[in-house]
This record gives sequence, structure tokens and C-alpha cells, in this order.
Amino acid sequence: MWARKLGQWRSIAKEAADRTVIVAKFLCLFHVTETYLFSPTLVYGPSMLPTLNMRGDVLLIDRVSHRFGRLGIGDVVLVISPLDPKRILTKRVLGLEGDVVSFNLDTGILKTLVVQKGHVWVQGDNVYASSDSRLFGSVPYGLIQGKAFCRIWPLSEFGSLGPGLW
Amino acid sequence: MASPKFWWDISKKCFTVGLISVTISDRFWSITRISGHSMSPTFNPGDSSFNDYVLVEKLCLGRYKFSRGDVIVFSSPSNYKENIVKRIIAMPGDWVPDPFDTVIPHGHCWVEGDNSSSSVDSRSIGPVPLGLARGRVTHIIWPPQRVGKVERVVPEHRLSLL
Repeated sequence: MWARKLGQWRSIAKEAADRTVIVAKFLCLFHVTETYLFSPTLVYGPSMLPTLNMRGDVLLIDRVSHRFGRLGIGDVVLVISPLDPKRILTKRVLGLEGDVVSFNLDTGILKTLVVQKGHVWVQGDNVYASSDSRLFGSVPYGLIQGKAFCRIWPLSEFGSLGPGLW
Repeated sequence: MASPKFWWDISKKCFTVGLISVTISDRFWSITRISGHSMSPTFNPGDSSFNDYVLVEKLCLGRYKFSRGDVIVFSSPSNYKENIVKRIIAMPGDWVPDPFDTVIPHGHCWVEGDNSSSSVDSRSIGPVPLGLARGRVTHIIWPPQRVGKVERVVPEHRLSLL
């Protein structure tokens, strides 16, 4: 009788282990897809008006291009905030390394500078409510997390994000 | 001759192992080779002709839990493909005394190599955003005679708290 019970427990344990392995594999696949291929991300806030809605859009983020340096001017990117690493900002790339950018400070003075090596200049489409490179300067390329290539929610605005107003 | 099923199984196994190892190295721990002498004598001390291999912990990246004295890996601000290993000297809000005389801005840290004579670090490139951090070095795992924990050394003499 003990032997039978032991056998029963053993088969239960084996099945549990098998299930765990399947779940672990699935989580790994999920992680790799999300980090290296693409992932949906909810973005919200006023800084990208009128391209993105203030109440929140779900964007499909391409996690491949930026690893190969394939970013161009006008791309919408996710970038880790240099001022708070836990925050992720959605901004538009307006200058790559070596480009000359001009921008208005709050005071109305026009400033011109050259983007440093290995950095990008990012700005929100809504110049009135966006903390971006005008505030913290150009950001290192290593802070870029991905490039938005289409909007999947709301469905009525499904599609590419367009070139913006710049 | 092996059947197609055999090769299919092998490739499936390789794929799974790849997935799991990529996930572990992204989320938990990975192994990195240290080149250069900027962190000597902690890594690659003068008498060794081989590069050190170290264990890099990634769990701290979830909340960016770093403290002064930690050795971190971060991607270079001027070239994102290059990873640099340095020690954190000061965290946001700290004041770095002369000759730099700066207060570290939010979300940044001040990093320096242990070998100050040959190290490109915050003394030349300024504060580094914490978002560039890729992990924290916890152990040396090769060469065998120097296997051990990497201590957190708080450089008291370099730091004056506000």
C-alpha cells in the first residue's frame, strides 16, 4: 500500500515538474520576443500631441532596428528618461550625432548646437508640454529602447504614426 | 543514418536552451570578460596576462538599486555598442568636490575606474545616466586564484555628502 501511494506521489510530482518546465519555456519565449523582436506598449501623456492621444495609445514597438543603428530622423522612439531611469518617454528623434539642431528655450532665445557623438536629439511633438532634449540635452543612444512603427489601439486610428509636424 | 525526426529534436532542444540562456543572461546573471586596465587592481591587475571573467547580476536593474561603491557595467554614452565597467563614486544629489565641483543631477551617477591613471570615466565625460546601466559586477569567476566576491568599496575620501 505504501509503495502504491509513493508511486502516486511520484507521478504527481513528475507531472508538476513537466508543467513547470512548459511554463518556464513559455516565459522565456515571451521575454525574448518582447526584448528582441516586438512588443505592444501603452503610452500616454500630453507630450506627443497631436500624434498620440493624451488618454493612451497602444503602440507596437520594434525592438530590432535600434540595435543595428537603424534610426532615422522623424522616428518615434521609446527612450529611458535620463533624469529618472524608471520612466520611459515617447519622443521623436529630431537629430542624430553630428547634426546641428536649433531650438527655442522657454525664454524665447534661439539656441543652436551640435549633437554629441553617440547621442540623439529627441523632442515631443507638443512643444508646449514636453520635457525633452530642450530640457536635459541630447540623450545617449544606449537609452533608446525601441522604435514605434504602428498604432494598434484605438482601432479607428490603426496604422503608421506619420512624420509629425517637424 | 539519423532520421529527420532526430535532427528536428536536436534543433528543438538547441532552440529551447538558447531561449532559456538568453532569458537568464538578460534577467538574472551573465558572464562578461573584462579587458583593459582601468579597473586594476580589482580586475586585471598588472601581473596578469589574461583577462578576467566576472559574474554580472541583472536583478538590480528592475528598480535601479545601486549604491555608492558598487561596480557596474554600463553602455558607453558615446558608443552604445561598447560596455564599460566602473565603480560608482557618487549618486544623485551628492557633491563631487574639486576639481569638478558638481552636484550629480537626478538619475545620474558619477563613475570612476579604480586605476585612476588610465581610465576614461566621469572625470572626462561627466555624470552618466543610470539608465545606461546593464548590471552590477558581483563575483570574479576566472582566473581560479582570484575567484571571489567583488567588494563594495565606498571611497570616503572622494565624497562629501551635502
